Amino acid sequence: MKNWPLWEVFVRSKNGLEHRHCGSLHASDATMALENARDVYTRRMEGVSIWVVPSSAITASNPDNNGEFFEPAKDKAYRHPTFYELPEELKHM
Amino acid sequence: MKLVQYLYGIADNALILGQRLGELCGHGPNLETDIAMTNISLDLLGQTRSYYQYAAQILGGDATEDTIAFLRSEREYKNVLLVEQPNTDFAYSIGRQFLFDVYHLLLLQELQLSQDETLSAIAKKCIKEVQYHTRFSSDWIKRLGDGTPESKERMQNAINDLWTFTDELFHQTEADQAMVSEGIGVDVTKLKDNYYQKINEILIESTLAIPEMKYFQKGGKHGIHTEHMGYLLADMQYMQRTFPNMTW
Repeated sequence: MKNWPLWEVFVRSKNGLEHRHCGSLHASDATMALENARDVYTRRMEGVSIWVVPSSAITASNPDNNGEFFEPAKDKAYRHPTFYELPEELKHM
Repeated sequence: MKLVQYLYGIADNALILGQRLGELCGHGPNLETDIAMTNISLDLLGQTRSYYQYAAQILGGDATEDTIAFLRSEREYKNVLLVEQPNTDFAYSIGRQFLFDVYHLLLLQELQLSQDETLSAIAKKCIKEVQYHTRFSSDWIKRLGDGTPESKERMQNAINDLWTFTDELFHQTEADQAMVSEGIGVDVTKLKDNYYQKINEILIESTLAIPEMKYFQKGGKHGIHTEHMGYLLADMQYMQRTFPNMTW
């Protein structure tokens, strides 16, 4: 049980929304990961769909590289689409 | 009052199994499985409440779901022997769950068709929960049965030991017969073949041996319980017996 791999859990809270990362858990296989995710992360009606992904399948950026990765975007406000007016009906943007 | 006895016959199984699973809260093999087992426990206690509230309404007077749950004596509980068996190890907890879930699902499928509207509504509400319980316990049977040599041996031991309690699930009490004849109750004798067929399918898939047994234990449905029941009730009833009428 100590050797159970780690899984990342993504839950979609409503139809039409995207799956969001909500945490991780241990499980021996994908079926168990899905069932564990159901029990750990959706017991208060948080979701209508679950994805589980082996944590080992995720390639993450290195915090040491944060400077070169993220800082160059800081002074480029013109990349933000903030100059448009969104209609009221448009949600979840 | 036959209906009340009939309700006890169904609800006491859920209560006692819920209590047994509740004992595992904080003691599961890991966090995820701990939560899963406790979720099942809470599902079962929720189901119990629906049946007991209905029973209390029929009984009238001072009866409430709490008096029914906490203030009866051992002989007055009509749960099957299977559900009161202890959490000897994880394989026993899973084995007990599996052997009960398959029966429970078959029972609720039929109970949905009850002429009694309340019972039918309760069954419809409970069935989704029990479908998940069955999936959970069946998956674990396969995982342990077809796992390591040790998990297989333990799972097989649990199934062998618990098998003797399965036949009682299909015994009819007087209350059962009365309710079946009124179109309210489920004829459990008719569930038996389907039950063993489903159980055997999973056991074979799990590479476990199907026990061969001629003599089975019985008694719970008539209030004659195994030695484990007294301890379970002592635990469960402690607060109400020590501080009568206490509330949270």
